[in-house]
Amino acid sequence: MADHAAVADGDIDLDRRKFLTKATAATGAVGAVFAVVPFIESWAPSERARAQGAPVELDLAKIDPGQMATTVWRKQPIYVVRRTPDMVARIEGHNADLKDPQSTQSDQPAYARNDQRSRTSEFLVLVGTCTHLGCLPKQRFAAGELYASWPGGFFCPCHGSRFDLAGRVFNGSPASINLRVPPYSYPNPRTLLIGADEKGAA
Amino acid sequence: MAAQPAGTAPAKSGLWAWINKRLPVSEFIEEQLTGYYAPKNFNIWYFFGSLALLVLVLQLVTGIFLTMFYKVGEATSFDSVEYIMREVRFGWLIRYLHSSGASAFFIVVYLHMFRALLYGSYKKPRELLWLFGMLVYLALMAEAFMGYVLPWGNMSFWGAQVIVNLFGTIPGIGPGLVEWIRGDYGIADATLNRFFALHVVALPLGLLLLVALHLVALRRTGSNNPDGIEIKEKLGADGKPLDGIPFHPYYTVKDVVGVGVFFVLFAIVVFFVPTFGGLFLEGPNFEPANPLSTPEHIAPVWYFTPFYAILRAVPNQRMGALLMLLAVVSFLFLPWLDRSPVKSMRYRGPLSRIALTLFAIAFVALGYLGLQPAEGLYVILARIFAVIYFAYFWLMPWYSKIDSVKPVPERVVYHAH
Amino acid sequence: MRIDLTCLRTGLLLALVAAATLPGSARGAEPTESAAAAGENKDGADWKTWQVNNEVTDVASVQRGARNFVSYCMGCHSIKYERWSRLGADLGIPAEVLQKQLIPPGDKPTDYILTTMPAKDAEAWFGKVPPDLSLMARARGRDYLYQFLKTFYVDSTRQTGANNLRLPTTAMPDVLSELEGLKRAVFRDVQERGEGGEVNHTLVFDHFEPVAPGRLTPAQYDSFVRDTVNFLDYASEPTQAARRSLGLWVVLFLLLFTWLAWQMKREYWKDVH
Repeated sequence: MADHAAVADGDIDLDRRKFLTKATAATGAVGAVFAVVPFIESWAPSERARAQGAPVELDLAKIDPGQMATTVWRKQPIYVVRRTPDMVARIEGHNADLKDPQSTQSDQPAYARNDQRSRTSEFLVLVGTCTHLGCLPKQRFAAGELYASWPGGFFCPCHGSRFDLAGRVFNGSPASINLRVPPYSYPNPRTLLIGADEKGAA
Repeated sequence: MAAQPAGTAPAKSGLWAWINKRLPVSEFIEEQLTGYYAPKNFNIWYFFGSLALLVLVLQLVTGIFLTMFYKVGEATSFDSVEYIMREVRFGWLIRYLHSSGASAFFIVVYLHMFRALLYGSYKKPRELLWLFGMLVYLALMAEAFMGYVLPWGNMSFWGAQVIVNLFGTIPGIGPGLVEWIRGDYGIADATLNRFFALHVVALPLGLLLLVALHLVALRRTGSNNPDGIEIKEKLGADGKPLDGIPFHPYYTVKDVVGVGVFFVLFAIVVFFVPTFGGLFLEGPNFEPANPLSTPEHIAPVWYFTPFYAILRAVPNQRMGALLMLLAVVSFLFLPWLDRSPVKSMRYRGPLSRIALTLFAIAFVALGYLGLQPAEGLYVILARIFAVIYFAYFWLMPWYSKIDSVKPVPERVVYHAH
Repeated sequence: MRIDLTCLRTGLLLALVAAATLPGSARGAEPTESAAAAGENKDGADWKTWQVNNEVTDVASVQRGARNFVSYCMGCHSIKYERWSRLGADLGIPAEVLQKQLIPPGDKPTDYILTTMPAKDAEAWFGKVPPDLSLMARARGRDYLYQFLKTFYVDSTRQTGANNLRLPTTAMPDVLSELEGLKRAVFRDVQERGEGGEVNHTLVFDHFEPVAPGRLTPAQYDSFVRDTVNFLDYASEPTQAARRSLGLWVVLFLLLFTWLAWQMKREYWKDVH
């Protein structure tokens, strides 16, 4: 370009030019990253979705022993099973058939990381979506309902995943971890609060 | 040797070479940026073309995101805009960027157009460039109008009512046409829904196509400049224009400064005065559309008010609509109305200078009058300025021909700083 | 138009924003609690020039306004785009206080701020449904609301027994008279000769005369109205404080970028002769 009439070499400080080019480009890049943030953030759950995702209450007195109630928290089905002493007894004795009997790989609050996967043996609270691909497992609570040695539990119709009455997954199921347990607490003995526990609202 | 522009250093191997074998990226950059010579004497008026492109991109991006949250419909539009303003994270920012962007678009485009009037950029050989630019402007007006209807506030509703009824002044087919445009017996859900489709799909596509044609035409003729001298006629030994400099890096770095200044001013509006005192977002539009209650004082958004003032200045309804239309399309004829032997105002005589000055004053004054109630002195002033407005165009064949001219220099005037 | 304090504090921006100020819409100088009402005539003769000069960053004032709204407005008006929990979070009101003192019994924090009055009854009682106040401060302006709430007067010809200077023949009763007291409007009879020589009479407002005192002093009532309008201003755009504080950083960053780009441009253009 040196031979071109309009553009000629002067006493040009190439270092300064390089520095300023890099500084401007870097500042511009930082600005671009900042500018992208609001657009990415706008896809996050809105204030309304967050408000609607507030904890939900369930009246436990309305569930008969041996029955399951379904409610919705944060657009997810929540299964609440009122287990009879017989059902509680049927949770035991098949640990060898389970993929994660101690729930070490599974997703639950600390207080549900026990054999019964619940705060009290009576009530089981689960997120009712299969940990395989998200279908709704069906209740098969009666012993022997699926096959002779079936201790009762959940069966997913989509791909045949099986879970026991504590939501623990059986060997041979496509699902690899137990059904998830949401945070929950009992503000009083007859009320279940899904989505909030001692740590506050989820 | 001047610094090698970043990114154009041809690598012999690697990914860059692999891509270039399959896609002419290097050639494109060479042809369009480093090998494209622009006159070296651009002044501040030459920022607004690139800024218009920037605002177009800004409107497209923010518009796409607004579409993700906006729910078109008589019953949902207004609520969904408030949903965006209050519930969507940073929704308020995206919405203000878009609403302020609409006004910024017109500010930039009006300045861009004034530049063309100032330096005769519409004159031969740039007639098609000018026409494509004017078509962009017309599409932009339609785009802005329909966008203003979408929030379904009371100004949206009554603005649509008034503008759509203008088509009713067309003899014979008018009333039927109005009904067809609305798709109902009044401005209604059907109208809103079709305006939405046009605003977010059809018109943006058309705009992009027209902008592309505008740029292709620009590349064919090259940019005009404040001296109105064709730099291609004075080539150096290397075959490049003597008064030209490579667009990249010289004008890219210069445009970045323009972009910075623009964003500073734009951010001040978006973050501190997003309604701009009711000029960018009007108060009555924060009330939902109400077919039974016209806002006390109805005026279009500021960028339409010069033409609105002309409409109201004429006592006859049909003539008013016709003159308003003429006021807009007059721009299209400029390349053939201007008989001056020189392009730039720098070398024109007093008549052209006075005409352009009066026109600029009339345009701004009409814009102001369009915001005022149509009564008393305002109407009289609007009539005076409307006459000046049209005189600029339609007396141009006369005054531009008899006007004196100064000798145009051989080479562009440029003083290195 | 709003030129807020955050903005004013940055002298750098002052000139630019001031340039954008439009006649008739500019906000007064720095608002202070007592100064704003001090310039007003006591008898209301200058009511059209009254300015509220509220400040949404004054959280205590907005909180008082929220309480005023719940006590005096919510019986008829809703703020249907605002949730109680949002109000609590924005104004720093603890959850228990919010539930106990503001939220109507039976409503949850995640509910929207709705009036308990059924729309049908409202229409039967007032002839029209009282408007939602979510956006009233933006639609009509804050000064409008301030003037409206301060220019009620006794008018026995109205069904509600009250009329208003800002919004003549308003359907709204003078619900705040308990606080402000009652006042009478005195009109002047202005005579003008018409084009045909006939005499036209027009009644022009002259001043207010107190009829009965309310529970608040005039200064207290001014503060009450200012707080209430401040709350409605907040509710019309809950994000506005965040908008301004973010804007300051954005503008400063852009100034830095522009300065760098300008230096770069000057360096490159040393080539051009």
